[in-house]
Amino acid sequence: MALTKAEMAERLFEELGLNKREAKELVDLFFEEIRSALERGVCVKLSGFGNFTLRDKNQRPGRNPKTGEEIPISARRVVTFRPGQKLKARVEAYAGSEQNDTRSSANTL
Amino acid sequence: MTKSELMEALAKKLAKGRDSLAHKDIELAVKTMLEQMTQSLATGQRIEIRGFGSFSLHFRPPRMGRNPKTGDPVPLAGKYVPHFKPGKELRERVNAAAKLSEKP
Repeated sequence: MALTKAEMAERLFEELGLNKREAKELVDLFFEEIRSALERGVCVKLSGFGNFTLRDKNQRPGRNPKTGEEIPISARRVVTFRPGQKLKARVEAYAGSEQNDTRSSANTL
Repeated sequence: MTKSELMEALAKKLAKGRDSLAHKDIELAVKTMLEQMTQSLATGQRIEIRGFGSFSLHFRPPRMGRNPKTGDPVPLAGKYVPHFKPGKELRERVNAAAKLSEKP
């Protein structure tokens, strides 16, 4: 099972004693605030966790993988995430299953 | 925008109409959320936030590295690295805003 907003709100309720409505609102607002900063073209740097930065991509040629037809991929702005030192170090230590992603390697049943 | 600026912004928004959430609560809440997200990834559990994006782990296979000083080959173990994939709403909002600001 993946971590979701519901679980994050639950933890704020349990650990910080926020009421459930406040907890949910805060979790929603936390992600919305990051989104709106990025929307305004402002990078978000959360020390210890990582940086959300913006990259402007030029138009480039691409193709429809199904039909092989060539279509240009328009210029766009994209969000990239660079994990911080602390997050990287803690994830690196994860010696879970040998799968190369986390889709089916939840730590609990 | 830094973590403390983010906390400021949240405090301002939540203060509207109600004063139950002190700045200290917000600071603690942001720290708790980031810690929970870190813990989740550190135990191999992905994070899925609708409209924002998902965080997962990518595996980097073992490889031979080099000691940059001596040039000696050093075996490096395989490891996991965090990966973020922006969600649809985030992608669209960021890109739409960029297109608007481009126009003179």
